[in-house]
Amino acid sequence: MPVSLANSQRIYDALKACDVKIISALPETWLVHLIRMADDDPEMTLVRIAKEEEAIGISAGAHLAGVQSACLMQNHGFLAAINPIVSLALLYKIPLLMLISYRGHMGEKDPWQTMGGLTTEPLLRALNIPIWHLANPDDVARRLKDAQTLANAALHPVAVLLARELMWED
Amino acid sequence: MLRADALEAIYPDIAEHVVVTIMGAVAAELYTLGHRHNFFYLEHAMGLASSMGLGIALALPERKVVVVDGDGSLLMNLGTLSTMARYKPGNLLHVVFDNESLLSVGGFPTATATGADLAGVARACGVPRVVEADTPDALAVSVRGALASDTLTTIVSKVEAVGPKSFHMDLPLLENRFQFKRALEQMRAG
Repeated sequence: MPVSLANSQRIYDALKACDVKIISALPETWLVHLIRMADDDPEMTLVRIAKEEEAIGISAGAHLAGVQSACLMQNHGFLAAINPIVSLALLYKIPLLMLISYRGHMGEKDPWQTMGGLTTEPLLRALNIPIWHLANPDDVARRLKDAQTLANAALHPVAVLLARELMWED
Repeated sequence: MLRADALEAIYPDIAEHVVVTIMGAVAAELYTLGHRHNFFYLEHAMGLASSMGLGIALALPERKVVVVDGDGSLLMNLGTLSTMARYKPGNLLHVVFDNESLLSVGGFPTATATGADLAGVARACGVPRVVEADTPDALAVSVRGALASDTLTTIVSKVEAVGPKSFHMDLPLLENRFQFKRALEQMRAG
């Protein structure tokens, strides 16, 4: 499976540098290494959820309890979580660090992923959620830290879109 | 049993703990019994009070967390039972008031009115302690037992589909949110 192990490790190290202690995740191909790293790390609480909506609640709870968290999801998972993003995170000013694998965008061969790819950024913009694209390995640490910093300062969700160039080695 | 009586019966046992409720009648009734800064009323995002409670329970393992849920909310997020059961935080108590109705939005029957068994779903998901308690005294005993057990517990209580005359709470959402975060910070420090 040509998911980049090296870049997954960079992302995981960056999350650790952000003091993330709880990661909620629903498996998706591009996230396999990240989820395994979280599972193998005794300092990390990995919550394997049944649907991405739960991740928004878990991160909201973690924030109110004073613990940094992150949500790992595919962009179709972001689509599934829009109601709680609106009616919990935005309504109650909850910071969220959402790492979203950006399926269905440039280079996508699977037709079934493409509609999610075409709608992800317009919907994030409609929700006024700031977007960082992560395509360059050298940007990973800085951009994840800056995304978390903004989320915590603005008490607002932020989206980090994990690009094919970063995650997939063809 | 009236939910208001049930809440009154358990209030002394939950007052010192972290409490997260769903919206509507439950929130208004608990608020009326006596608001505390360690109470959070999730006034939207139906179904996610239990996910919030799980996040808090994992983040604050030394504190007890009580989620006050309802049948309509839980049916919107049944997967939460499988997730809670997977991690089994012993400091989490999940109380479900089942009035078999979406009371706050017209009283239409939920699937528990036609036989869906939430205690059975919780058991089948692997929640290690599942209790049914249908009188205020039985509920209070169950809550005390659950809090003393250090075992993830779901209590399902059938209640009448009756709510308060008014759902008004003199507590803006964000005031509740910031009060609650401060209360949790103090609990963490204490």
